[in-house]
Amino acid sequence: MATMTFADALNDAHRIEMRRDPNVFVVGEDVGIYGGIFGVTKGLLEEFGEMRVRDTPITESAFVGCAVGAAAAGLRPVAELMFVDFVGVCLDQLYNQGAKMRYMFGGKAQIPMVLRASCGAGIGAAAQHSQCLEAWFMHVPGLKVVMPSTPADAKGLLISAIRDNNPVVFLEHKILYATEGEVPEGEYTVPLGKADVKRKGEDVTVVATAAMVPKALAAADALAAEGISVEVLDPRTLLPLDEEAILASVKKTHRLVVVHEAVKFAGPGGEIAAMVAEKAFDYLDAPILRVAAPFSPVPFSPPLEQAFIPSEERISQAVREVVGA
Amino acid sequence: MSITREKLVDAYTTMVKIRTFEEHAAQLFAEGKIPGFVHLYVGEEAVAAGVCATLRDSDYITSTHRGHGHLISKGGDVKRMMAELFGKRTGYCKGKGGSMHIADMNLGIMGANGIVGGGPPLAVGAGFACKYLGRDDVAVCFFGDGAANQGTTHEGMNLASCWKLPVVFVNENNCYGISCSVDRATCVTDIADKAAAFDMPAVTVDGNDLMAVYEAASEAVERARRGAGPTLIECKTYRQRGHFEGDPAEYRSPEEVAEWKAKDPIPRLEKKLLEMGVLTEARIQEIRAGVLAEVEEAVRFAEESPLPDPSEVTEDVYA
Repeated sequence: MATMTFADALNDAHRIEMRRDPNVFVVGEDVGIYGGIFGVTKGLLEEFGEMRVRDTPITESAFVGCAVGAAAAGLRPVAELMFVDFVGVCLDQLYNQGAKMRYMFGGKAQIPMVLRASCGAGIGAAAQHSQCLEAWFMHVPGLKVVMPSTPADAKGLLISAIRDNNPVVFLEHKILYATEGEVPEGEYTVPLGKADVKRKGEDVTVVATAAMVPKALAAADALAAEGISVEVLDPRTLLPLDEEAILASVKKTHRLVVVHEAVKFAGPGGEIAAMVAEKAFDYLDAPILRVAAPFSPVPFSPPLEQAFIPSEERISQAVREVVGA
Repeated sequence: MSITREKLVDAYTTMVKIRTFEEHAAQLFAEGKIPGFVHLYVGEEAVAAGVCATLRDSDYITSTHRGHGHLISKGGDVKRMMAELFGKRTGYCKGKGGSMHIADMNLGIMGANGIVGGGPPLAVGAGFACKYLGRDDVAVCFFGDGAANQGTTHEGMNLASCWKLPVVFVNENNCYGISCSVDRATCVTDIADKAAAFDMPAVTVDGNDLMAVYEAASEAVERARRGAGPTLIECKTYRQRGHFEGDPAEYRSPEEVAEWKAKDPIPRLEKKLLEMGVLTEARIQEIRAGVLAEVEEAVRFAEESPLPDPSEVTEDVYA
C-alpha cells in the first residue's frame, strides 16, 4: 500500500496497463506535453512516446471517433475528454457509433475503449465545465459507466475498464483529484459492476456516488453521535448497477437515501429508487428520499455553487427524516 | 496505375452484381418483403467498384446509409446481405442492423452507417490502428456530398492529415442530400477543394468512369500505404433513384435524371470493354447470368431463412 492522490492513482493505472499491453494508448487534448489538464497523464509521454500518448487538436468528435475506430480495429484506447460537458460536441461517436456497433453488427464487433472525463462542480468552473451527466450515459445500452470515489477504487476500476471489451465511460469528479488514500500496488483491480459498502450501519442505507461519498461518510459520523447508524454504499459502477448489493443493504436497514450531484430530476437516483421500489417495496419502512442538485445549470458565484452542491447537512436532514428522528 | 484486364472484368462483374442486387431489393421492398428504409446505390456503382478494386481484405472501409455497393465491392456475401435486409437471423447482423448497419469485420467492413458524417472519425481510428501496429493497410472512408459539410468529416480529415494517417476519403458526390442539391449545400463547385484546408492532396474524377475512379484510388491508396498520408477523391456521380425507396424525388427534373441515365456507368464500361476486346457479348451474357443466379439464390436464402426469436432482443449488447 502506498498513499497517493486520486489523480496519481489514475496515473498509476495507466502506466501499469500501458506496460502490460502494447495496444493500450492514450489520446486526447493536452494529454501529452501538458500531462493532462488535471495531471492524470503526467509523465506518460516521456515513458511511452508520441505514438502511444497522442495530443490531439481540439476536435472531440475526431479523437473520440478515432478511439472507437481504433478499438474496432484491435487497439485498446483510453481517450480523455477534458470535461464531460464537452461530450455534447462528440456524442454521436460515443453513443451512436461506439456503444451500438456490437449490437447493430449482430455481436461481431468489439469496442474495448475507455472514455475518461472529469465531472462535477466545486471549483467555480460554471455551467459548461461542472456538470454530472452520468444519467445520460446510463441511458445508453452498450455503454458501461464508472464513477469512483476513492484513489484505490479509481486505480482498480480504471485497470478493469481498460481490460473490459466494451466502451466504458469513466467519470472522475474533479474535486476528488487531490484527495489522498491508501492504494494497493501493482495490478490491483476492482471489478466493474460491484458496489462497495464504505461504512456499515443498521438504520438507513445511503447510496452515494463520487464526491458525495466522503460527504455521506462525514454525515454518517455526525449522525452516529445522534444514535443513528448509517450504512454508506458506493455503487462505483452505475452501469451495470450492482442491484444485489443495494437490495441487500436496504433489506437490512429498511430505509434508503440516494445522494448524487447530478440534478435530481431524471437523475441516477430516480433509477435506483425505482429499482428498490420494484424489488424491495415490502422491506421499506419509509419513503425513499433523494438528495441531489436542484434543477438548474451549475452556477458560478461561490455561494450559488455551494447552494447547488448537495451538502453534508442536507444528507443528514434526509437521513433524520427517513428514520423519523 | 493502369488496371489489368482481369481486374476490369472483376470490377465490371461487381458493378453488375450491385445493380442486380439493388434492382431486386427495390422490387422486394415494393412488395413489402423488406421492412424499414432502403437507400439504393443504382448509378453510383463505378465508385465503390473502382475504389475497392485497389483494396485487399485486411484494408478497412467505412460506409454510409447507401452502403450496399461498398459492401459488395469489398467482398460482402450477398446472401447474408439480403437476409439482413429481410431482418432474418441468417443476415450479417442476425437481423439486428438492417440495410443501414451491415458490417463484416473479417473483411474490414466497419459498417454501413445511419448517421451522415458518422464514418470519417471511425476511418481515422482504423487508419491510426494500421499505422500504430506497423501494418501497411489503409482505411477508406466513403462519404456523400451531404456528409461533406458535416463537422465530423472536417475534423476527421484534419486529424488524418495532421497525423499523416493511411486514410483515403472518397466523396461520392451524387448531387443531392435527400432534396438539397449540392449547389445549395456548399459554395464550392468541387468538394475536392475542401481538402486545401488540410493541405491534403485531392482530385475530382468522373465517378461514372470506372477507370478514372480506379486510377485515382490506386494512386491514393499507394500513397497511404507508403506512409505519405491521406487523400481526398471526389467522384461526381448521380443517384438514379430517390433518396430512399418510395421517395418520389420531385425535387429534380426528369430531364436531369435522363441526362445522367445516359451517363450510366455500367453500359459505359461495357462499351469500352467490348471496344478493348476485354469482353465479348457472349462473356457479358455469361457474367450477367451468373450474377443473376447468385442474387436470386440470395433472395431465396433470405426468404427461406428464419426470423430472429424475440428472446434475442437483448443479446449482443455487451461483449
